[in-house]
Amino acid sequence: MTKRPRSNSPTCDEHDEQRARGTTAAWPPALGHVDAPRTDGGVHTAVGDIPRVRTSLSARDHFGSVKVRWGIGRMNYSVAPGLYAMGDPSAESPVLVSANYKMSFDRLRSALPRRDAWIMVLDTEGINVWCAAGKGTFGTNEIVRRVQSTALDQIVSHRTLVVPQLGAPGVSAHAVRRSCGFRVVYGPVRAEDLPAFLDAGLKAQPEMRRVRFDLGDRAVLIPVEIVTGGKYALLLAAALLLLGGLSSGGYSLASVWTSGLAGAGLVLGAFLCSAVLGPVLLPWLPGRAFSVKGAVLGLVLIGTLTVSSGLTGSWLHIAAWAFMVPTIASFVVMNFTGASTYTSLSGVLREMRFAVPVQITGAVVGFGLWLTGLFITGGPGT
Amino acid sequence: MRYLEKVVSLELDEKLCNGCGLCVAVCPHAVFELENKRAILADRDACMECGACVRNCEQEAIRVRAGTGCASAVLSGMLSGSEPACGCSGDNSKCP
Repeated sequence: MTKRPRSNSPTCDEHDEQRARGTTAAWPPALGHVDAPRTDGGVHTAVGDIPRVRTSLSARDHFGSVKVRWGIGRMNYSVAPGLYAMGDPSAESPVLVSANYKMSFDRLRSALPRRDAWIMVLDTEGINVWCAAGKGTFGTNEIVRRVQSTALDQIVSHRTLVVPQLGAPGVSAHAVRRSCGFRVVYGPVRAEDLPAFLDAGLKAQPEMRRVRFDLGDRAVLIPVEIVTGGKYALLLAAALLLLGGLSSGGYSLASVWTSGLAGAGLVLGAFLCSAVLGPVLLPWLPGRAFSVKGAVLGLVLIGTLTVSSGLTGSWLHIAAWAFMVPTIASFVVMNFTGASTYTSLSGVLREMRFAVPVQITGAVVGFGLWLTGLFITGGPGT
Repeated sequence: MRYLEKVVSLELDEKLCNGCGLCVAVCPHAVFELENKRAILADRDACMECGACVRNCEQEAIRVRAGTGCASAVLSGMLSGSEPACGCSGDNSKCP
């Protein structure tokens, strides 16, 4: 086993080029041309030196995770597909398959400190294992191609691949075996269970096979929820701000600062509360359909605001918000189905069949009342 | 956490099962159990239609309409007149 000093870090162009060429790039690459920040020298094998990954995450890795969670520059952090070494692996060491999504790769390499293993990174276009498996980019064909392009059969003496269980929607274990002779063993859902799985002789406890959706799992999804929905909420808020100037006496700037600003604030407030409280309170919000959970959350929000006299304006506007806030909340929480780990497509279609018409009605009625309220005043706040 | 009841498209033909147990291993929601060396649907309503079991059943004993239970994917599919498509490829992926 030889260890080499790190050389120059790769340029983004080289990564892009490699992605553009698809899966045919030669492996192993010249050391240092792959992810220098995440690798540390190489391990000598029959087919060349395989880059060795660091198993400790640097401050830079952690900062990158925060950025990825906020949806910033995700592709800048993707990992070059290919074979990597962890520790000092031999021909008998296990081969763990992963995706070239930053978080997947980081979790895997940090879950197994002081262990010897090979990591085979598939080209999933920077997408996590589960989503990529759903699309098929983490799949049978990519595994077979990668086994061949990395000459895995010359590096290891066994014929077993440990594939993360969440890769299974894209992988046919029997088809992989037929195509390249490697047996697929499905590993645990979470990388943190890998040590126990490996120690038990590639056996997973039932608990390791279950996907959870705990508070922490849900909370980390809030930032991207805010980023994706935020631009629409801002657009809607800006529209209400401008329309707020309409009044029976023509367009009035004063009314922009009262009705318009209140409208914009309520839209943004309703959006932010739903995007944060929806995921956090998910198990405790009544109903099974996410749209129902959201509507209940919205009713509680607007109820609290009205009772606490935080909502001023005409009766028409209060009525308008009683429609609009639950509608916004219902829509925002309904869209959280995509981030959840337990909703089925059939279920989502079923709930959308009743929820979307109700949401459209709520939005139209609410917006109509609000517009009318700009011209007809009268109520507790006027 | 449980989603809607009696909506999933999952079907298992127990007669075709050879008891290999891969469906039990790949299912993230413990939908399957082995009983007398045959797979059974122990908790059908927990299915999220990911399709992992179908893909790994060499006997082709399982059927499901696999897809992503994602409302924004369904909406964007409806607006563009195509199949529900998960928009995970961009920077703003909502996938976990």
